[in-house]
Amino acid sequence: MSENCAARLTVNGSPEDFLGDPRRSLLDFLRLDLKLTGTKKGCDHGQCGACTVLVNGQRINSCLSLAVMHDGDEITTIEGLGPASALSELQRAFVTHDGFQCGYCTPGQICSAKAMLDELAAGWPSAVTKDLTSGPIPSDEELSERMSGNLCRCGAYPNIIDAIRAVMQAEEPA
Amino acid sequence: MRAFDYARATEAAEAVGSDARLLAGGTNLLDLMKLEVETPARVLDINRTGLDRIEADGEGLRIGALVSNSACAADARVRADWPLLAQAILAGASPQLRNKATMAGNLCQRTRCQYFMRTDTRCNKREPGSGCDALEGVNRNHAILGASEACIATYPGDMAVALAALDAWVEIDSPSGRRSVALREFHRLPNGIAHRDNVLEPGEIITAITLPAPVRGRQIYRKVRERSSYAFALVSVALVLRMDAGRIAAAQLAFGGLAHKPWTDSRVAEALLGQKPSPALFDKAADLLLSGAQGQGENDFKIPLARRTLAAVLHDATKE
Amino acid sequence: MLTTYDTPDQRNLLDRTGQGIIGAPLDRPDGPLKVAGQAPYAAEYDLVGCAEGVLVGAAISKGSIAAIHRDEVLAMPGVLLVLSDKAMLRRPAQGGAAQAPAQDVRQIDYHGQPVALVVAETFEQATAAAKALRIDYDDQSGSGRFDPDALDFAPGEEPTVLGDIDEAMSKAAHRVDETYRTEGHASAAMEPHAAIAQWDGDDLTLWGSLQMVAPNVKELADSLRIPDARVRIVAPYVGGGFGSKLGISHEGVAAALAALELQRPVRVTLSRQQVFETVNRRSETRQRVRLGADAGGRLLALGHEAWISNLPAEDFAEPVTQATQFLYGGDNRYLAVLKGEITRLTAGSVRAPGEAVGMQVLESVMDELAHKIGIDPIELRKRNLPARLPGQDLPYSSRKLFEAMDEGGAAFGWSKRKPKPCMTRDGEWWVGMGMASAARVNMMQPASAQVRLEADGRVIVETDQTDIGTGSYAILGQIAGEMLGCPMDRVEVRLGDSRFPAGAGSGGSWAASSTGSAVFRACESIRIELAGRLRIDSEALELSGGIARGAGKEAPVTRLLAGAPLERIGRIKPGKTADNYAQASYGAFFCEAGVNAFTGEVRVRRMLGAFGFGRVLNAKTARSQCLGGMVWGIGGALSEELQFDPRDGRLMNHDLAEYHIPVNRDVPPIEVLLLEERDAAASPIQAKGAGELGICGTGGAIANAIFNACGVRPRHFPITPDKLLAQLPDPFAEIAS
Repeated sequence: MSENCAARLTVNGSPEDFLGDPRRSLLDFLRLDLKLTGTKKGCDHGQCGACTVLVNGQRINSCLSLAVMHDGDEITTIEGLGPASALSELQRAFVTHDGFQCGYCTPGQICSAKAMLDELAAGWPSAVTKDLTSGPIPSDEELSERMSGNLCRCGAYPNIIDAIRAVMQAEEPA
Repeated sequence: MRAFDYARATEAAEAVGSDARLLAGGTNLLDLMKLEVETPARVLDINRTGLDRIEADGEGLRIGALVSNSACAADARVRADWPLLAQAILAGASPQLRNKATMAGNLCQRTRCQYFMRTDTRCNKREPGSGCDALEGVNRNHAILGASEACIATYPGDMAVALAALDAWVEIDSPSGRRSVALREFHRLPNGIAHRDNVLEPGEIITAITLPAPVRGRQIYRKVRERSSYAFALVSVALVLRMDAGRIAAAQLAFGGLAHKPWTDSRVAEALLGQKPSPALFDKAADLLLSGAQGQGENDFKIPLARRTLAAVLHDATKE
Repeated sequence: MLTTYDTPDQRNLLDRTGQGIIGAPLDRPDGPLKVAGQAPYAAEYDLVGCAEGVLVGAAISKGSIAAIHRDEVLAMPGVLLVLSDKAMLRRPAQGGAAQAPAQDVRQIDYHGQPVALVVAETFEQATAAAKALRIDYDDQSGSGRFDPDALDFAPGEEPTVLGDIDEAMSKAAHRVDETYRTEGHASAAMEPHAAIAQWDGDDLTLWGSLQMVAPNVKELADSLRIPDARVRIVAPYVGGGFGSKLGISHEGVAAALAALELQRPVRVTLSRQQVFETVNRRSETRQRVRLGADAGGRLLALGHEAWISNLPAEDFAEPVTQATQFLYGGDNRYLAVLKGEITRLTAGSVRAPGEAVGMQVLESVMDELAHKIGIDPIELRKRNLPARLPGQDLPYSSRKLFEAMDEGGAAFGWSKRKPKPCMTRDGEWWVGMGMASAARVNMMQPASAQVRLEADGRVIVETDQTDIGTGSYAILGQIAGEMLGCPMDRVEVRLGDSRFPAGAGSGGSWAASSTGSAVFRACESIRIELAGRLRIDSEALELSGGIARGAGKEAPVTRLLAGAPLERIGRIKPGKTADNYAQASYGAFFCEAGVNAFTGEVRVRRMLGAFGFGRVLNAKTARSQCLGGMVWGIGGALSEELQFDPRDGRLMNHDLAEYHIPVNRDVPPIEVLLLEERDAAASPIQAKGAGELGICGTGGAIANAIFNACGVRPRHFPITPDKLLAQLPDPFAEIAS
């Protein structure tokens, strides 16, 4: 049992082969095998969101997924959004608006926010969307509900919403 | 996590008759495997079996077993005609989990009883015959309806509560062929055999959930919890209700957080039918719902909470 | 220059250096690395051949290990070692202990206590083997004490007794005598405790997630029975602490022992459940508060007694009455903390020990008194601010409580508050407003830091001070930049390495004022040296843009340096100013809360905090600290509660799904007002503690808003729906009107 299993993934644009113990989570594959430690382990049980990455553009908890399940998938981690020397707009907004303190939940928050903006653009509803048939209005409550899968013990939530809001406003057509 | 053999299925038929645990989104199974509450020797990954389509089914809808919770809630038909289902899905878990969690997996979600989830306690659900440490333990989240000395766990999900109110059916492929089970009959009560959550037999696979034709009326899913998001329900109510000339013309209800299954009680709707809405009527409905309710001490509050939540939802659905 | 701080430094030098750096809302210099995922936390160093260790928790509550079936798991794939050792930690070290905590895991003090470490080649192998390890116990759980209401209580310290409280209560025109409860809390920092240990001969390097490096070195060395000089701790980035990483805990010693045994690096990370089960909790409390006031609302009697718990032989007692000592007047006082021994995991410091739970109760009872007297809660507080510290006749160093209440109240719209409950309904929701004072004792800790002016004019600050999200990187750099006239892009701050001079560590809100003062003093030494080289008095020296000026003279700093760096270590430790003044940070909270008329759910709708904590060193990071504190206040008020099994004291809600810290949606828009203040008695940079103030009273403001909304006075935190339901008014009564 636990014989080596294989999968080929694309991580931040590079092909990566997984060959190993099927118990290895996508999170541990990224952190331990690929040394992409930007994705954080906060609970290992899908209860905090620190391990959020994008799989084929959608945000998921990488702790509750096996690496071997992702054959053929495209994974984007915080390292794929931008290095410190060339931050993406969202990453810069988190710095400007102090959308973090200790920084441990931050890569997960940012990956989550990126996908969240795409979900909003696609018109996906949330638990606070008043009218399910028309598109959501991006109120503060909408944004905070949609970001509630990412815990932040430092309590940077209001600043996280400010950072996301700033990016949304910058992207609005003039 | 115990070591296991992993295999990928390319069609659902491979899962039929298999003795492997079926791995879909993994959000519950892998969680429990990490805790060694689940220790399968073989795991069959069914994510590539193509059961991820939402299709019209006469006037109803057939939702593939592997449709993600997010995709279902975002589906235009679901949002327009079965908004209760979208509301219930969106009330549960987090966006990340809903992206991965599947329809069938969510139906099979296991209880959040903390004694079930740790292997160094007595739990009839995890280890039949060992006893129940929740009875005299921390049981604030536990059942007040339909529980037994064997098990006071609750079914933790939201989606299935809405599906029960909507009279959905579960389509199952078994070695002897296809069968369908009413969602209201899919989950079990713990009496006798606490370790079985539902009626799924070994070697069976859920292939789809089917919704009957849309029902007219207001649809409300109300979930009560102290944290405003990313938390399981203390109590939830799913309601479809139609008014006609100031009287309640139709009502379908189901309740979450109260029992080992999404709780339905036909007497509640019957008491409402043809009546003018009033606080007294809502109380009468609650009396029927809670006539057999039994608290364990810490969860006694669920009895008045269920009563008041039902009143809130009925008030909301019947106001002009 | 004297090391101790004996005389208030009234020069306010940082107001005269004129660089516009100090106090400015600058971005965190560590920000880009953090948002890019490139800041390495303890578990993230890539060491060749690193083995993975997983701790095993006790399945009993009290007793000892009879046998460990090592051989069974040593036969499992990849397993290298099973350790159950007398040097392994039974309990985490308390903050500032600087010596080994209780060791020898063959003895068991509480359920879940680490009893063994399993090391394997991979994390998965180690986890599975740890789970499989069979242990036979000599189980004495039956002699455990599990009911916090049925313990033998004894005073932690001598009670504070002034006058005769019973007599004063009996004579009071208005009196409140109520008992409150608060449940236990977890720090729940997002980064689980982690350590990687590597030996080079007799020298140990430990990459750890720790708050106080210098005492942590001593704790680790003492635990391993090696000299301090053999231990290096590296902790440049720490994923939150909130008290839980003040002292070393189980993972570091276990990793070091295993690494020594295996002669290869070993990583040990606590699982989230283990963090909950084995690292410090905040004690549950029972608190009786007695307030007696005269007809004019002036306190005659002030009583605050608290019953808390800890394991046997732990000195730490949640200092519940800490702020009650100095906040309000009343000549007849009785303050006491009584500790009982319980068989639950170790109690210790969790963000704002004492005030976090003491203030939320005191401020709730103050609201009860104001309601009884029929005066505005702000007015009641204003009438009871003593001129000098009760019982000790000391002056207050500075106190912005009046201003916080006035300015905060005005900004919040306090005047719109309805004086009676049940007067505002918004759909299903009763809506109300509440306020509370904020108060947190101010402490300085010994600290040192090195500042080096490089020959090219760049500034390097080095101290073992940690930044656990608090903003140390930002504010220490700003102090140096301001003092040395150096633009921030030429200032570099290096932290969290025991090779650097010992800072104060991150705890008790003291890092900024203590380590900041050490940086300030190092810079002052450099200024004096530069002034000497320019041959002017240092008082006349101006440093700006790389130029030194004064008394008609001027020279580029690089020329004064003449090709050689200038390096100074600054030191400070508390002195007479700590004894001669009552020092604390103050503020006021305002909250609007909704209570669902049907379900009793509570949602905070908006909140404002106005704070005075001396000089603001960085307005952006200071505001974030306040926000974070208030978010903690929401959690403590509404959802956070450690739940223990009544039969064996095991923590049942040991994860983030069941222990409910606030989520984003729980947190409404929050406004923060930072009040201008200079507190020279607190520190030579005139700054006081900021990091914990935001939690010290928040829960009271929320509870008071709940009362104002629906008329139910919650006296048991967290205020979950079950505690309100029975007393809520008829939800339909008001809707009809």
